[in-house]
Amino acid sequence: MSERRVTYLDHAATTPVDPRVVEAMLPYFTERYGNASAIYTLGREARQALDQARAGVAEVLNCSPKEIVFTSCGTESDNLAIRGVAWMNRERGDHIITSSIEHHAVSHTCKQLEKRFGFNVTYVPVDEYGRVDPGDVEKATTDGTVLISIMYANNEVGAIEPISEIGEIARNHSIPFHTDAVQAAGSLSLDVQELNVDLLTLSSHKFYGPKGVGVLYVREGLELVPAQSGGGHENGLRSGTENVPYIVGLAKALTLVEERREEESQRLTALRDRLTDGVLSSIPHSRLMGHPSERLPNNANFVFEYVEGEGMLLSLDMQGIAASSGSACATGSAEPSHVLVAMGVPPSVAHGSVRMTLGRENTEEDVDRVLEVLPGLVERLRAMSPLYAG
Amino acid sequence: MSMYSELVMRHFTDPSNVGVIEDADGVGKIGNPMCGDVMEMFIKVKDNRIEDVKFRTFGCGAAIATSSIATEMIKGKSLDEAVQLSNKAVAEALGGLPAQKMHCSNLAADAVRAAIEDYRSRQKEKNGGQGKTSNS
Repeated sequence: MSERRVTYLDHAATTPVDPRVVEAMLPYFTERYGNASAIYTLGREARQALDQARAGVAEVLNCSPKEIVFTSCGTESDNLAIRGVAWMNRERGDHIITSSIEHHAVSHTCKQLEKRFGFNVTYVPVDEYGRVDPGDVEKATTDGTVLISIMYANNEVGAIEPISEIGEIARNHSIPFHTDAVQAAGSLSLDVQELNVDLLTLSSHKFYGPKGVGVLYVREGLELVPAQSGGGHENGLRSGTENVPYIVGLAKALTLVEERREEESQRLTALRDRLTDGVLSSIPHSRLMGHPSERLPNNANFVFEYVEGEGMLLSLDMQGIAASSGSACATGSAEPSHVLVAMGVPPSVAHGSVRMTLGRENTEEDVDRVLEVLPGLVERLRAMSPLYAG
Repeated sequence: MSMYSELVMRHFTDPSNVGVIEDADGVGKIGNPMCGDVMEMFIKVKDNRIEDVKFRTFGCGAAIATSSIATEMIKGKSLDEAVQLSNKAVAEALGGLPAQKMHCSNLAADAVRAAIEDYRSRQKEKNGGQGKTSNS
């Protein structure tokens, strides 16, 4: 078999860790391994690294270090934000507003609150591009609304939501506002003052940091019921001995992507457009999902009619190309992507979805390689398909 | 490296008997596009044996592979034998399927049965509905 470089196009799923991040983390495993709460020097050194990491993240978010809580991942941050606010405000109200295209870390947490804890949840719809209308959020507010949670950028179709506007509405109604910004880091501004958010979720492994660590920004003055009790770490919001090496890694990774954000966004946009233009012009019965330009710079989500997503991913994998899909079979669920369905895509078409999300190591060569192999493999699957009239 | 066995991958990349039989004696169509699985099986029957078989499938790797191997397993067989094709046999012939993909083998077995059913009901009609099916 000939030597083939893997063309990795699934950066929305995860990213490789930047070697500079690994380098920054290493000393904290075997040399500076102290518990950050300890009095002795080894502990103080760990504490200092923790403080610096916290300050670094706060700088990117334009907030106070006191408002940064480190967690184990984006999912934990979402859970902490939503349950934390819901339970704290249970006496005041039982209504939550979220969208119909959230990541399961948000939607399943809301569903659990509905099913088991007597909350009512409004899932505001999206338009054909996957965008939320702030007006719909405003209309849904009631006196009993205790939380609004709308994602900043959608992981499947790259839709960018009007967070600042929604934040203003939330503020006018004195409702805490959370945004899952997991997909936004490195592409969009994370300035929490501009975004008008009270809570914001980040996940390290989406921006060239290690898996297993995340952030929840919690605006000062906002009270949450902690999910994890113990030694009182992270302002009592998330007890557990701080994972110093990983926190150091997260902060380093975030600083690095923020430094390059503008130029990298431009580079990725150009690459992404090269990919989408090429695909749409060379493969009939193909469509780009989401807004053509108001989307994450690196996100390309296609549907190919008459063929199924998992089959396409397998074919791509055999060519050394890694991508993902919203088809039921590709995600191992009984239903196709809830995001595509919420956007009005018929389920039969949603099964033909392929998502490609570019990243730092992708080049024009990678894009051209995809354009070289994709038409042929779609054609092969179509030739076998009873849905394709030819 | 994939989640599928080598045999499944072979049938996915190089499936047997893909196509349509224009003047098929029986056609089985099952599944639906909403679920992401549609299988069509065409058979030519002679002397109660499956003389020729072709398939088309819209579905995942397992769906295509199970369709392909099912056609291999029934070609040349008598109708009575072929109609007994089980999903277990299909999965075994492929060297096993991941647990969540076993339902694809059901679809393949169902498609075979549907094609044979179709053939038989056409025969019934031809024989003026007298139920004169030889050796069913």
